[in-house]
Amino acid sequence: MADMAVQSSSMEAAGPYDRAKALSAFKFGDQAFYWITRLCAMSVLLLLGGIILSLIAGAWPAMKEYGLAFLWTQRWAPANDPPVLGALGPIYGTLVTSVIAMAIAIPVGLGIAIFLTELCPQWLRRPIGMAIELLAGIPSIIYGMWGFFVLGPYLADHVQPFMIATFEGVPVLGTIFAGPPSYLSLFNAALILAIMVLPFITSISVDVFKTVPPVLKEAAYGVGCTTWEVVRNVVIPYTKVGVIGGIMLALGRALGETMAVTFIIGNSFRISGSLFGPGTTISAAIASEFAESDGLHQSALILLGLLLFVLTFFVLSGARLMLMRLEKKAGN
Amino acid sequence: MKFLKAIVAVGLMAASTSAFAADITGAGATFPFPVYSKWADAYKKETGNGLNYQSIGSGAGIKQIQAKTVTFGATDAPLKAEQLEKDGLVQWPMVMGAIVPVVNLEGIASGELVLSGELLADIYLGKVTKWDDAAIVKLNPKLKLPSAAITVVRRSDGSGTTFNFTDYLAKASPDWKTKVGMGTAVEWPVGVGAKGNEGVAGNISQTKNAIGYVEYAYAKQNKLTYAGMINKAGKTVQPTVASFQAAASNADWAKAPGYYVILTDQPGDASWPITAATFILMHKVPADKAASAEAIKFFTWAFEKGDKMAEELDYIPMPEPVVKLIEKTWSADIKS
Repeated sequence: MADMAVQSSSMEAAGPYDRAKALSAFKFGDQAFYWITRLCAMSVLLLLGGIILSLIAGAWPAMKEYGLAFLWTQRWAPANDPPVLGALGPIYGTLVTSVIAMAIAIPVGLGIAIFLTELCPQWLRRPIGMAIELLAGIPSIIYGMWGFFVLGPYLADHVQPFMIATFEGVPVLGTIFAGPPSYLSLFNAALILAIMVLPFITSISVDVFKTVPPVLKEAAYGVGCTTWEVVRNVVIPYTKVGVIGGIMLALGRALGETMAVTFIIGNSFRISGSLFGPGTTISAAIASEFAESDGLHQSALILLGLLLFVLTFFVLSGARLMLMRLEKKAGN
Repeated sequence: MKFLKAIVAVGLMAASTSAFAADITGAGATFPFPVYSKWADAYKKETGNGLNYQSIGSGAGIKQIQAKTVTFGATDAPLKAEQLEKDGLVQWPMVMGAIVPVVNLEGIASGELVLSGELLADIYLGKVTKWDDAAIVKLNPKLKLPSAAITVVRRSDGSGTTFNFTDYLAKASPDWKTKVGMGTAVEWPVGVGAKGNEGVAGNISQTKNAIGYVEYAYAKQNKLTYAGMINKAGKTVQPTVASFQAAASNADWAKAPGYYVILTDQPGDASWPITAATFILMHKVPADKAASAEAIKFFTWAFEKGDKMAEELDYIPMPEPVVKLIEKTWSADIKS
């Protein structure tokens, strides 16, 4: 950039205006700009490729040792000789906590967003909006500690006993919500995750809801639609790409969240039929055990990391696919 | 050009002064971190020489010294003699601590509850699940134990504390040995995992009817209710500095190659059964001889003058004869 400025000023000083020279200078500048930005973009691919390669290299001994059975082996016994390691527990925990978190956070988050943009009186908008931004700004370790000292005990003392009593004897639900209550459980971790991903869904939805042209909504209200109908048939269809984007961002965070989950999930590799039992997630397992691991154990932890990477990749590409399909439908 | 030269000169000077100060670097076990940093602080005041210790975990400490990125490594789980030989390392115990079972039981004070190794293993195996189980009542006939489920708490991260605790359970219970075994991280049959000694301590104080294990210092600082133990000699002992030191002096250090002694389940009427030493690792032929010599000076100083500081933090100094032995090892094995 600096070079360009120097060149142009020296050209002016040179006297007669040389059109061809000026044009080629512009062309050079354009080219340089193109290549610089392109290089930046390529560096992302390079970086990603490097990360994948080093993950695969690190995970290779475990892949060779355990093969595909790693995916459905539940035992995690690093002290055995040779270690018996399987990823089923962490995979199960990751999926269960993320799915429950999303099941809670999506309706609540969208509800907040709809209220804020469509129904909220002006004076309440700023406080609620700011509260959501603040929620997003709280570090995850703080969520973890809050979950550990406040939310977890509260759930274990008041919410879980009620749920256990309600569902006792009911098939399936009775097993899922079986006691004893515990403040270190899959359920509590999922709830913390739901609170943590809520601001992602809400603030992105609020932003995209604001992009709906007022004339569309006014037209719908004009023909006598209720607010619910306007939201259902105008706002959501108009903004669904953005909303799904927000949900995917939230899911990405839920899948990879580490510190808060490690605090409150109980860190047990055994799969428990009850949501009130302890579990673990892929990222929590890695965070807990990596520092003291070596050999196959460490390699298996790196393989877990690779699995999380692949899992996230599938989720994101699934979202892309869904978006593409939606856009196609809208096009028809 | 002149300017550039000046920069280079200043840079060189900075580099040379920092090399001159020769800060010793060490990394490893988290358990001795408080005492090592206290020693380092006092040592710096006295001699002007600093020590930089990173508490990154025993396993990581072993890796760092193998990679020669630090002057010394620190580990709670000692390396076997043949492993030391292979890597050209010297190992010695630096300071001791103890692991105590802690509980959160209403109306029961520290030391009132008595457990045996076998019982502890059965609780951690999930065989004994209630506080009023016959096996617990048998050892504690006078206590009023609740008919509540035992919440088992253990470490979720790999740790030297877990290594020593599981080593003890494996010695006390054949069942534990075959089903779970010992290590810095094991396949826990039951229980919830918490990160670090402080995590377990926090869990215990939060959860009613819970049992866990922490370093003695953590139990004391957090005012947790600890339990007494029945030791190898069949005597009931309480966790005190005297009972920890009894375990250490009853151990046979002189005959153990590379000081590979795990202090759990030692003989002697007064021995606390889950005592543990934490170890230092250094290269026989160090890459940086000056730093290595400096480190030995520091350790000598710590053995001579650090005992009181260690005791203030609830660590147990190594007994005098063992220190003599270690000092002999230094002069024989480490080339500097």
